Amino acid sequence: MSADVLTIGGQDFSSRLLLGTGGFPRMETLAEAIAASGTEMVTVALRRIDVQARHSLTDVLHDCGVRILPNTAGCFTARDAVLTAQLAREAFETDWVKLEVIGDERTLLPDAPELLAAAERLVADGFIVLPYTTDDPVLARRLEDVGCAAVMPLGSPIGSGMGIRNPYNIALIVESAGVPVVLDAGVGTTSDAALAMELGCDAVLCASAISRAQDPVAMARAIRAGVEGGRLAHGAGRIPRRLYAEASSPMDGVAQALPADRPA
Amino acid sequence: MIRLNGTQVNGRDGATIADLLADLGVEPQARGVAVAVDGEIVPRSLWGTHTVPAGADVEAVTAVQGG
Repeated sequence: MSADVLTIGGQDFSSRLLLGTGGFPRMETLAEAIAASGTEMVTVALRRIDVQARHSLTDVLHDCGVRILPNTAGCFTARDAVLTAQLAREAFETDWVKLEVIGDERTLLPDAPELLAAAERLVADGFIVLPYTTDDPVLARRLEDVGCAAVMPLGSPIGSGMGIRNPYNIALIVESAGVPVVLDAGVGTTSDAALAMELGCDAVLCASAISRAQDPVAMARAIRAGVEGGRLAHGAGRIPRRLYAEASSPMDGVAQALPADRPA
Repeated sequence: MIRLNGTQVNGRDGATIADLLADLGVEPQARGVAVAVDGEIVPRSLWGTHTVPAGADVEAVTAVQGG
């Protein structure tokens, strides 16, 4: 079997699980979860320097040997997202950005017009843009049209653990996408990640499901297995769903017992 | 007076970016740090020489945990 490689923006990955670093209680746990997940790329956020901070997250991730994917979390306008992406490029010497432009504080759902505007400007500025988007197939196509290197539709709101609320839409996005599709947000446990891959997603981005699990390292291992299993199942081709049973044993040639009223 | 990460700072007009980062406890070679002055990124190579005029708005950021 040839290696099953994921290519985004000209970069090859052997792992199809991207890990968000948010929510881990300790840096040590984050590092252990990175190793257990097998991930090659993790997201970080960018915030004003805190003089009280005791650890350098960047140093920890550098030691883990993973690629850093900075996000623009917390940005509500294209303007803010573009500045954050430019700061991230300088901070991490990467053109890659997970573009988030949020439209609502309670649901953290993307703001479609601002997202599209920011994506267009960042692509023009040379960025490799991976946008966090809704599960709208038309918006996904528009993001691809402006030059995004992948599309990252949500399964359900960030941190909700509600899984994939509209598998039909995710399948539609996968069907028409010419760039990798990364299921981002909403994964609660292994089965959600497996479903994303079975639907044909190219990868899964997962943060809270791992970082806020009771045992984050064990959950990292579990979701990794889910992603790998789902990927294999997608390639294997599942059977169609049927309303009634289809026997898996032959119906002919069944041995007949004696009639119940006949003495043995 | 300048604004550093949203806070008014006195007596630092004309300081370099490196000086301001030192105020925040950040070494000039620290990984994962970026600075913008009035919305324009100042490349790391200029931190030692780029001075910040009075009235400037400085944003100095670094990586934090985030999805």
